[in-house]
Amino acid sequence: MSDSKILVSAPPHIQSELGTKNIMWMVAAALTPAAVASLLFFSWRALVIIGISVFSALLTEALCELMMKRPLTVSDGSAFVTGLLLALTLPPTVPWWIPALGSAFAIAVGKQVFGGLGHNLFNPALIGRAFLVLSWPLLMTTWQWPTSSLSWAGTQMDAVSGATALGLLKEGFFSNNSLSLPYLQMFYGNISGSLGETSGLALLLGAVFLLVYKIIDWRIPLAYLGTVLVLTTLWGQDPLFHLLAGGLILGAFFMATDYVTTPVTSGGRVIFGIGCGLLTALIRRFGGYPEGVCYSILIMNAITPLLDRLTVPKRFGEVKKDG
Amino acid sequence: MFLKTFRKGIHLPGHKGLTSSLPIEILPSPQQVVLPLSQHIGAPAEPLVSVGDQVLLGQKIAEAQGMVSAPLHASVAGKIIAIEPRPHVCGKMVTAIVIENNRTDEWAPEIFPRHLDPERAESDEVREIMKEAGLVGMGGAAFPTHVKYNLSPDQPIDYVILNGAECEPFLTCDHRLMVEKPDRIVFGLRVMLRAAGASKGYIVIEENKPDAIAALNRAVQGYPIEVVPVKAKYPQGEERMIIYAATRRVVPVGALPAAVGVIVNNVATAFALAEFIQSGRPLISRIITVTGNGINQPKNLEVRIGTLLEDVLNYCGGFKGNPGRIILGGPLTGSAQYRLDLPIMKGTSGILVQTEAETPKTAPSVCIRCGKCVDACPFNLLPNFLGLYCEHDQIDKAEAYGVLDCRECGSCAYVCPARRPLTQMFKNTKNKIIAAKRKTS
Ligand code: SF4
Ligand code: SF4
Repeated sequence: MSDSKILVSAPPHIQSELGTKNIMWMVAAALTPAAVASLLFFSWRALVIIGISVFSALLTEALCELMMKRPLTVSDGSAFVTGLLLALTLPPTVPWWIPALGSAFAIAVGKQVFGGLGHNLFNPALIGRAFLVLSWPLLMTTWQWPTSSLSWAGTQMDAVSGATALGLLKEGFFSNNSLSLPYLQMFYGNISGSLGETSGLALLLGAVFLLVYKIIDWRIPLAYLGTVLVLTTLWGQDPLFHLLAGGLILGAFFMATDYVTTPVTSGGRVIFGIGCGLLTALIRRFGGYPEGVCYSILIMNAITPLLDRLTVPKRFGEVKKDG
Repeated sequence: MFLKTFRKGIHLPGHKGLTSSLPIEILPSPQQVVLPLSQHIGAPAEPLVSVGDQVLLGQKIAEAQGMVSAPLHASVAGKIIAIEPRPHVCGKMVTAIVIENNRTDEWAPEIFPRHLDPERAESDEVREIMKEAGLVGMGGAAFPTHVKYNLSPDQPIDYVILNGAECEPFLTCDHRLMVEKPDRIVFGLRVMLRAAGASKGYIVIEENKPDAIAALNRAVQGYPIEVVPVKAKYPQGEERMIIYAATRRVVPVGALPAAVGVIVNNVATAFALAEFIQSGRPLISRIITVTGNGINQPKNLEVRIGTLLEDVLNYCGGFKGNPGRIILGGPLTGSAQYRLDLPIMKGTSGILVQTEAETPKTAPSVCIRCGKCVDACPFNLLPNFLGLYCEHDQIDKAEAYGVLDCRECGSCAYVCPARRPLTQMFKNTKNKIIAAKRKTS
């Protein structure tokens, strides 16, 4: 019996199989259906945008880490996910340099400046998107209806090729043209919108996968979606339309659940979700933009440290001290 | 049916199948036993024998010292060949009595059954018996049992709970004991109820041991004792969790279970108490589980206290391949050891041998704030923040966030995807805080 290689270490001596890397790549896998859907509806343009965005994210991560002499973390999957998420929020008509710049900004300013993975305050993909919207508002709001959508939307869409379903609703398009709301087509993703935001079906497939494997906590998406549904119903709007149009599903399941930038306590997560829902509904109703998911989540990211501090759970057996 | 349990915690692969159906075998007594004077929490025992003395089986060879301590008995008959520092599981050298076995197994004259009626015994009498038997908590903590029953009159005890949860993966020694010796366990509990002045006993068992639940259900017929099946979840066997599961009582932080009228003992401790009363045998042997994928023949064994690890491992066919890690106790809270000349002690519940493949050396990385540790901690701590504070030596903040309430169950470190050594950091920080407090007081 040789004892030369026997490891002496502190307990526990077993670990769950789920490591950081596995988690990140599982998130990437969960986004695959949405990526495939974007390919189906917007053809090869989608693939080019996604490819450039992911490549730029990985490259920027590597360059930043080389410059700052930090260990290379390109393979941990987190930059990949950021690049992919950002691409899915872009309109299909953007020129190639938009995803390249957006992802570079997302990684460099949204993540590495803060100290890399685990240290950033804001969701990097959303920082990238916000940067693009502020810098090139026109490019970021030029839409294109999928060719396949002409079958149900008819020729009227020619006139409105520059708007999303949410935008059209805000303008009163559907009611003015006595067009019934295309729920099912919206659910499939056969409408105008950002690459990966349109297909609720594809997104939900991925979301179920993440929920089943307990990669994400159900509290945030439930609170988020629930709040939007309740508020839009109270305001006499169409809740189902709000759910399916725009980036709500992508945001609620994939952005508002980002570990680093959301609270760790269950209480904090519920408040976070409600806050996102409240802001999204308010921006959509009263704001200057038809969409509000991106800014809602960024605003809630900003108060995440506060939420964590306010929702420290009572310890088991903790007794309130007098005074 | 909703099974009783506690909040949070983690689900673990049990790995109990290696040994759960293997009857307890008796390990032939070894050539030598090494009995450290410190087998328990508290002051080391004081030797009553000298080198060269002949001792008989069960003879008291060291006496309890001070308030918290327990005596020690010869686990083989033979000659004292050394009283000297020997390797101890704590990593240091600790004085131990070494006996050369003469293989007669001749019992000391003071070994005789006590004719004690559990329902009539006096509390003082039982406490004396617990002390004379050398009883300590056999679930791992090794706290002297008679001290636990030294109760102040203003803290009446309602319940005595026997811990048969055995929530650590791989271990099956308590399980086998419950299946094979249910009557003795129940007898021990009846005596404990009497000693505590408690009206009701609970035996808490995880539902994944239906044979143990059935055996004890039969054995408790006619006594004020209830067998409580609980969910198989870690750390169900943690003292505060088991109290909550059985009685819904919450022990305040910093207090002992007696504060809510409860005492918890391990099933093996109750068995050892019954052994002493009914057969006169003090605590000279115990049941352990020898298991893991790195051992050739996993077994449940009755071994003499003081048997060296190598003797036990040899009996179990030795290592299968190269051992990666040798753990005394379970994989969540046990201690990793590299020497094989360590003795089995009163609190040793098992030897787990992991293979090299089971001991990957993963480097810890940054916290990704996934919150999995928060969802795991049964004490409702925030291990992610505690980990950051400990890492940066912000001891005040760690204390404010309750690091002293961490019971080192290992759940948070188990689930952490960044492989952060959370439990270890908390243990170190607790030690620092306690050392600093000692200095100032
Ligand atoms: S080791 Fe401590 S902090 Fe971690 S889960 Fe257990 S009690 Fe909580
Ligand atoms: S489990 Fe690990 S990575 Fe996740 S929040 Fe806790 S410490 Fe951070």
